[in-house]
Amino acid sequence: MTLSVRDLSFSHAHQPTLQGIDAAFETGKLSVILGPNGAGKSTLLACLAGLLKPDSGTASLGADDIATMPAILRARRIGLLPQGAETHWAITSEALVALGRIPHMRGRGVSAEDNKAIATAMAATATQGFAHRPVTALSGGERARVLMARVLAGEPQWILADEPLANLDPGFQLDILGLLRRQAQDGKGVVAVLHDLHHAVRFADHILLLHEGKLFAQGSVDDVITADNLAQVYGIDARLFTDDDGATQLLIKGKIST
Amino acid sequence: MKARSLTSLLLLLLCAAFMLSLMAGKVWIWPSSWAADNADGWIFLELRLPRAVLGLCIGAVLGLSGAVMQGYLRNPLADPTVLGVSASAALGGVVAIFLGLNMLPFGLFGSAMLGAGASMLLLLAIARGGGPIGFILGGMVLSTLAGALTAFVISIAPNPFAASEIINWLMGALTDRLMTDVLTALPFMALGGLLLLSTGRALDALTLGENGAKSLGIDLIRLQWIIVLGVGLAVGASVAVSGIVGFVGLIVPHVIRATYGEQPSQILLPSALGGAILTLTADSLLRLFPGPVEVRLGIAMAVLGAPFFLALLLRYRKGAA
Repeated sequence: MTLSVRDLSFSHAHQPTLQGIDAAFETGKLSVILGPNGAGKSTLLACLAGLLKPDSGTASLGADDIATMPAILRARRIGLLPQGAETHWAITSEALVALGRIPHMRGRGVSAEDNKAIATAMAATATQGFAHRPVTALSGGERARVLMARVLAGEPQWILADEPLANLDPGFQLDILGLLRRQAQDGKGVVAVLHDLHHAVRFADHILLLHEGKLFAQGSVDDVITADNLAQVYGIDARLFTDDDGATQLLIKGKIST
Repeated sequence: MKARSLTSLLLLLLCAAFMLSLMAGKVWIWPSSWAADNADGWIFLELRLPRAVLGLCIGAVLGLSGAVMQGYLRNPLADPTVLGVSASAALGGVVAIFLGLNMLPFGLFGSAMLGAGASMLLLLAIARGGGPIGFILGGMVLSTLAGALTAFVISIAPNPFAASEIINWLMGALTDRLMTDVLTALPFMALGGLLLLSTGRALDALTLGENGAKSLGIDLIRLQWIIVLGVGLAVGASVAVSGIVGFVGLIVPHVIRATYGEQPSQILLPSALGGAILTLTADSLLRLFPGPVEVRLGIAMAVLGAPFFLALLLRYRKGAA
């Protein structure tokens, strides 16, 4: 089942606008949405997650329109890791991860299946060690993994992550990226909004580059991350080269003076 | 397991508080004379029993509403009064006393419930789709407006006696309520309470913020309706029958959270039990206070609640620093 947007436009006073976006995402791939601040990355992700209803055009999951499909079905298939890593009460990590089961628990209590999904999600994120500690007492890196486990516990086919690396140290950023990539390798569809171009170059299977609410380029890393595109969209002077291990690396030299 | 034994303890305490409320007063009435055909039996049946049942119900809905409001707004300093329902129901009651409607059967109750209902509709209209901020601001506007109108009605009261009757009612008390008053309010409180108890899972989801909750399939607009209706019916009815009793909704969820943990759904029922225990106990102790006049429950709660609130603020400030 593919996740796609067709001719999607959105405009709202408090939100960056989007105009005529056409894109398709595939399962088994880590897709990354890039673009400067205000380009509409998070708006696009919110439309995919069903949080915002597009003004025109559609975001769809298979044959279903995401904006109109039953919320509970959407919630079972699409998991969202929202921006900002919000956690409001000092509940235990395990209780927080269990919240991911809510879409499956309508009208009933916790089942053995729920517990299995929770345990699997915590094992995948290596968070069992602090299962009984309150989330408010965790470090930023630990909390990011617990929040990721919460999404995995819902066993969604699609994982959407809005700036999942914000405020994390490099090691923790790589932890989260590794988790996202592993999910994609396991056959899930992963779409992440990222800021760091270096990470995108290293980890993305597919990239959408947004610029002022429009889709500027889309495709593989090599197609999208070119010195030309980065100069036009970000106004930066960037070089791409192949390192000793044969991997593509990005070097940002500086800002292009205008 | 731990939660279950805590709940058993709360139920036990509730039974004790209820018994105390039935017995305590200027005249102690022991269970042996509850069914007696004399003054003691009459006091029990006509005064103590309605008062105890009322204290139980009011305390329960206030504690529950407080837990729901704090969970919904994700703010430990919220309480049911932030919606403006209490102030509006109070205005309705005050208008009824002013017009003499309280002489009619259900006049005061009906008028207060009208006030509560009007404020619920206004609040839903103001806060429509706006999330918690619109909710808080809308409630604040309604509270302030209802408070000002209440003061206005008192200021134009025809004579000092009428004014003092209004003020006395406003201060909140469980005294001299008849069983019919209690039975009138009960269905509203029960319905409101059930609505509020149904919000647990949605409140849990809000731990992840609004977007997190929505992505889990929670309909936040529906949740807002349920909370406004639930608090409106339950707290509106409680104000209609006993005036404004503050602080129960603020204090109780904190005490419960300290023992049950902070998961919003887990503290709903315990907060109802805790609210009932606190209200029954406080009301019983007030009756034992020496002196000719009984301190009003609303006043006693505020005296008890203000230092608690201050301690809470200081603790949060310390936590934030």
